[in-house]
Amino acid sequence: MKFLHLIWANLRRKKTRTVLTLLSIVVAFVLYGFLSAIKQALTGGVSLEGANRLIVRHKVSIIQLLPESYKQRMEKIPGVASATHQTWFGGIYQDPKKFFMQNPVVPEEFLKMHPEIILAPEQRQAWLTTRTGAIVGRKTAERFEWKIGDKVPIQSSIWSKKDGSYLWEFDIVGIFEGRDKNTDTTPMFFRYDFFDEARRGGTGQVGWYTVRVQDTARPAEVAKLVDAEFENSSYETKTEAEGAFVQAWAKQIGDIALITASILGAVFFTILLVTGNTISQSVRERTGELGLLKAIGFTNAQMLALVLAESCLLAVLGGVLGLGAAWLLTSHGDPTGGMLPLYFFPARDVLAGLAMSVALGLVTGLFPALQAMRLRVADSLRRI
Amino acid sequence: MSEQATGNGALVDIRGVEKVFRRGAEDIQVLKDLNLEVPAGEFLALMGPSGSGKSTLLNLIGGLDHPTRGTVSIAGERIDQLSDHRLAAWRARHVGFVFQLYNLLPVLTAERNVELPLLLTHLSKAERRAHVATALAAVGLEHRAKHYPRQLSGGEQQRAGIARGIVTDPTLLLCDEPTGDLDRKAGDEILGLLQALNREHGKTIIMVTHDPHASARASRTVYLNKGQLTREPND
Repeated sequence: MKFLHLIWANLRRKKTRTVLTLLSIVVAFVLYGFLSAIKQALTGGVSLEGANRLIVRHKVSIIQLLPESYKQRMEKIPGVASATHQTWFGGIYQDPKKFFMQNPVVPEEFLKMHPEIILAPEQRQAWLTTRTGAIVGRKTAERFEWKIGDKVPIQSSIWSKKDGSYLWEFDIVGIFEGRDKNTDTTPMFFRYDFFDEARRGGTGQVGWYTVRVQDTARPAEVAKLVDAEFENSSYETKTEAEGAFVQAWAKQIGDIALITASILGAVFFTILLVTGNTISQSVRERTGELGLLKAIGFTNAQMLALVLAESCLLAVLGGVLGLGAAWLLTSHGDPTGGMLPLYFFPARDVLAGLAMSVALGLVTGLFPALQAMRLRVADSLRRI
Repeated sequence: MSEQATGNGALVDIRGVEKVFRRGAEDIQVLKDLNLEVPAGEFLALMGPSGSGKSTLLNLIGGLDHPTRGTVSIAGERIDQLSDHRLAAWRARHVGFVFQLYNLLPVLTAERNVELPLLLTHLSKAERRAHVATALAAVGLEHRAKHYPRQLSGGEQQRAGIARGIVTDPTLLLCDEPTGDLDRKAGDEILGLLQALNREHGKTIIMVTHDPHASARASRTVYLNKGQLTREPND
């Protein structure tokens, strides 16, 4: 700590240069924060709970339906604990831009399958007893200012009612919370029995199944058994882990992880050069001063540490400011109005960012620090 | 501070020292079979023309460089045999340097510059402050403690440089042309200060200078010519 004022004074030597370098580091980490939030939104929609869940869909495409009767057959397959289904409703509330997901489900089965969805007991009871009842996540309820008791009209782009109308009306009987931060609280779920009776086509058919496996160590084996069960039928299936299913949705945009890594790679490589150049220049400019420090007794190791501390202080300061700004800017949630419901800057990525800032400081400072360490005192003292 | 002398009573004892620099394929011999003894408490002036090896000799005495041959003993310790790491620690404990161009860090105030050698000790912040205040008072610069080097005159900067040199109460104070960049008046003040440190505080001082006026303030003057010591300038 007693050397801190010396390190800080060196950084303040050329204020404009230091501030510009600092700003470039801050911008890099803000970008990192945004990309982390986008990556989280597109690929991170699976909680730990999802580790023991499989998704069973039609082998050809997610938009092909499966028979409702598959549930009983699935639950007889060794390794399957339970199964329940959902169907894509594709509804719009008032304006097509106000996108959010609505799916018909079997309430008891659905809530048992998804313990990460937290619903008050009286709301759960109301859902079980109200055929037109629907529960909605906290985010969407707040977004549209819905409250329990409201009737909400949803225009489906896929499903018409028996009277030919595409306009469906639901009673909000519950508002659910997410158990974890990465639980999506934007969807609305309503009762499948009401939906199945009221729809004009597709009766007895569902979108996909969620299957809970008995042994979390054997999901791949169970997935194979499920697909084998329905092989050579009219509705062959493809079973995959819930995470892979969500990521397959995201991959319709592209390989998010690769895109993110490529952009960040380019940004951090540039920052590496910018910061490295600043520190190198700063060390070159004060060869005589570094020689003086060695003359009065600073050891080689202390010289190395002094320059590394300087580059690390600059990088960590920029990193903390950038990560803090990214945290603030992403804390307002989804900027797209519903397309990225899980848009937030995850804590693990913040910690990874901090580690990256330390690494940036060490890498950029290493070469100039070695130069400072190897200075010959007698020579450097002449270079004032 | 203990100023242990060698067996012959000298604080600085240099025997048969040679220093050769290699420039490309050529060897340049700067010091030749040089012997020098400096007793504790002496104020020695080292004179000689440019390129005579004065600064090289001072660097060897200050542990900034190693001799090619010969021995350099300070207070009984063979510093020519110390590793770079141990030599750095030795310098921190035993040597104060004063340079022609002051070599103050422009980003630190006078008191922070003076404090630099103390950062390598185990003293507490309060103890460091007390030592810095004493050193600044000794050179008459306590009223300029918070000023940056650019806010000080040349003479004041050199005073700060001397304060930094004596703040750890070193065995030896080595001055390389301490008045070389000052006008006569400021130079006289600095020489008076060095004289006072020698006479009143018993500091052993070795000063390299070109200036006969400066060397006249020392208790003894030796001359270096073509890498060898003489008693007279024209020997």
